[in-house]
Amino acid sequence: MNWIAIGTISDIPRRGARCVATPQGKIAVFRTAEDQVFAIDDHCPHKGGPLSQGIVHGAAVTCPLHNWVISLETGKAQGADEGAVRTIPVRVEGERLFIALEALASRAA
Amino acid sequence: MTEKLVIIGNGMAPGRMLEYLLEQAPGRYQVTIFNAEPRVNYDRIMLSPVLSGEKAYEEIIIHGDGWYIANGITLYKGHKIVAIDRAVKTVTSDHGVTEPYDKLVIATGSVPFIIPVPGHDLPGVLTYRDLDDVQAMLLAAQSRAKAVVIGGGLLGLEAAAGLNSQGMDVTVLHVMPTLMERQLDPAAGYLLQRAVEQRGIKVITRANTQAITGNGKVERVELADGTVIPATLVVMAVGIRPNAALAREAGIAVNRGIVVDAGMRSNDPDIYALGECAEVNGQVYGLVAPLYEMARVAASQLDGNEAAAFVHMDTPTKLKVTGIDLFSLGDFAEGEDRQEIVLRDAAAGVYKRLVLKDDRIIGTVLYGETADGAWFNDLKKKQTDISEMRDTLIFGQSYQGGAPLDPMAAVAALPDDAEICGCNGVCKGKITGAITAKGLTSLDDVRAHTKASASCGSCTGLVEKLMVLTIGVKYNPAAVQPMCGCTTLGHDEVRRLIKAKRLKTIPAVMQELEWKTSCGCAKCRPALNYYLVCDWPDEYADDYQSRFINERVHANIQKDGTYSVVPRMWGGVTNAAELRAIADVVDKFEIPMVKVTGGQRIDMLGIRKEDLPAVWADLGQAGFVSGHAYAKGLRTVKTCVGSDWCRFGTQDSTGLGIRIEKFMWGSWTPAKVKMAVSGCPRNCAEATCKDVGVICVDSGYEIHFAGAAGLDIKGTEVLGLVKTEDEALEHIVALTQMYREQARYLERIYKWAKRVGIAEIKRQIMDDGEKRKAYFDRFVFSQKFAQVDPWSERVSGKDKHEFRPMASVGFAQAAE
Repeated sequence: MNWIAIGTISDIPRRGARCVATPQGKIAVFRTAEDQVFAIDDHCPHKGGPLSQGIVHGAAVTCPLHNWVISLETGKAQGADEGAVRTIPVRVEGERLFIALEALASRAA
Repeated sequence: MTEKLVIIGNGMAPGRMLEYLLEQAPGRYQVTIFNAEPRVNYDRIMLSPVLSGEKAYEEIIIHGDGWYIANGITLYKGHKIVAIDRAVKTVTSDHGVTEPYDKLVIATGSVPFIIPVPGHDLPGVLTYRDLDDVQAMLLAAQSRAKAVVIGGGLLGLEAAAGLNSQGMDVTVLHVMPTLMERQLDPAAGYLLQRAVEQRGIKVITRANTQAITGNGKVERVELADGTVIPATLVVMAVGIRPNAALAREAGIAVNRGIVVDAGMRSNDPDIYALGECAEVNGQVYGLVAPLYEMARVAASQLDGNEAAAFVHMDTPTKLKVTGIDLFSLGDFAEGEDRQEIVLRDAAAGVYKRLVLKDDRIIGTVLYGETADGAWFNDLKKKQTDISEMRDTLIFGQSYQGGAPLDPMAAVAALPDDAEICGCNGVCKGKITGAITAKGLTSLDDVRAHTKASASCGSCTGLVEKLMVLTIGVKYNPAAVQPMCGCTTLGHDEVRRLIKAKRLKTIPAVMQELEWKTSCGCAKCRPALNYYLVCDWPDEYADDYQSRFINERVHANIQKDGTYSVVPRMWGGVTNAAELRAIADVVDKFEIPMVKVTGGQRIDMLGIRKEDLPAVWADLGQAGFVSGHAYAKGLRTVKTCVGSDWCRFGTQDSTGLGIRIEKFMWGSWTPAKVKMAVSGCPRNCAEATCKDVGVICVDSGYEIHFAGAAGLDIKGTEVLGLVKTEDEALEHIVALTQMYREQARYLERIYKWAKRVGIAEIKRQIMDDGEKRKAYFDRFVFSQKFAQVDPWSERVSGKDKHEFRPMASVGFAQAAE
């Protein structure tokens, strides 16, 4: 797997997210209150809302457009809503964060 | 003259008695001890750890040889007293030592009960009583052969666990259906059996031992049902009985044990008995706590304090087997007059049961998690009425008081001087006092007598809870809609509790009010953030991560993820320079859409998030500040041209509108607040469908509020007429502050007003000058911290991370 450095955990506020620009669109990288880090496509399965802009609670984010709640762990919509967003592997090495590029390449191919 | 005190037995009870006596009356007695065991006083309770190898004998000694020497006590080790001569007051040992006494203490303890089955006297059959037994078992265990423990009570299980950890193959035979049936109910007995079996110990219940057989030594145990269990060691641990033979032979009254009064004195006034051999009020005891209590009483009596008396106590049972947590106390049989509370956690192997009678704990069984045993014991001992904490009692002490699971407990934990009704300044004690003293049973009664919840009504939920707490089920409160799935509390209760408990951070609210989730949800977090901003304007640090994106980046998110930007145009008035600046920004950033809003200002739509700070910088150059078009806060004050231009205008409506907007901008409110000022009753500024509106008339300013022109359409209510612009401002600000302090998050003014009542709002704002002034002052105070232009803050670098991607990756790779 091809790990690409994207920065450090302190670049992301707790219970917040930052975006990583890629050729296939933005990836939202989340940091929870407990310092877990997750990466998912920044694109709500409902109407494409930027999930990175949502409120982060537990290991989930509420989309800012229509309040869908997406699990950061599985990418799946919670509750009655159905849909899923792609999750991207993240590796945390001390402070540094990496995402797996192969996952990107395979989608591009 | 020093009296002679002789003690028969050197177990834990007389040992403790001597400690008390030496402290209270040093030198009063010359003490002689006869110990049938050839050793000093050791901690018999710790025999199990010695058996399992976790402790050595040396570690369980209570009083070493030096202690006896230092205290001038003569200790005869291995001397068994065979006779007491009460006539001449002497005792004689099996080694022929005769010792006179003035006072005699019999502490001969107990003897293990031996089941009189055939073969019970074969070599290899042991009891579990003293260090000799333990050493014999340790010797037998070296063979790593098979052992049978008869008896599935406390001692038997500890013996079995010890032998098992010494490498023996152990089977426990228990005659009853479940283990430790005297201390545990069947459910806990089942869990215990499972845990014991998981250690590799076999358990046979309903096992009726018929014979122990073997050729010259133990070889097998035979049960009544024909089962044969091979064994080289049999440990009998089926119970103990008081060792009272010596006393009986001496003619001292003996029933099950040596009969003593509450002062531990036998029917011979110079002879005391204590420990497992003594019988007080028909009871004999085997656990250490009551034995130590006997020791305390006996020492006081020997010191001449005849009032010292032993009182019966239930003592918790704990199993001393590493890894098995078990606690049992009191009476736990079911009965019609008893209720029980049970908690089970199957996955964790936890079982807890409390048996209650008349709202008091009478029995407790804890398995798997016993930390709260002491607390339950204390509640039981003190006969504490647990009805108020009944719902959370089983969860233990840490769930009481400060951090209740149950909303009721939060209210119960409030001190009497906690303010419940802010409108009328009524504290908890006054409400509960009135309920009790006047026998109030309805909310209306409480309102009539105390005024609590008689005004804005936001404390109604709390008052209702107080009624339930005070008079119980006689009061049935209306159900409160919880804020969200994270709590059972409603908005009003959360707001009141934030004030009453002085909660100043979101984590504090969640902790103290027992949020069910670790960090809330997208519904409750913004609400809590607002409540805290409103209630503690100078102390609370705004939590941006709990704000909706629009308030976090000070622009409105659009469906494609771009943003719209609306600069403030005070009162809807602009000029050429401002319009030119807007035009330049639109060109420079290629803003695709420019639109005039309903609130008399200009909206620029389709701005990329990354461009926001640059857009704001350019707008700021022209003097623009944020229009807060995204905020739950003051939006616009729409105006008409008023008396300056209009031939019908009665007052300077534009000027008043600008003045209000400049005074109130930046304030956060429960929901958005839109205002308007019209210069005459023709109402060109459409003030009569706004949250707050002003209609200027010749005689002054008519203040309106609680209009709506969105989801609902509703004309405003009239608050009242005031004469001057200053008064108009004060009234509007006070009204807004009242709304800020009382409304639920996202509740517009018209909904709040409907809930609270138009009359009540008029009373507080129009009629009560003092109250109005106080609202006004609190708003002014809060504005000191709120009136900061968020755009210029961000132009100068605040929250930079919000507007930049963290990284750009993969472009090179994709190009390859």
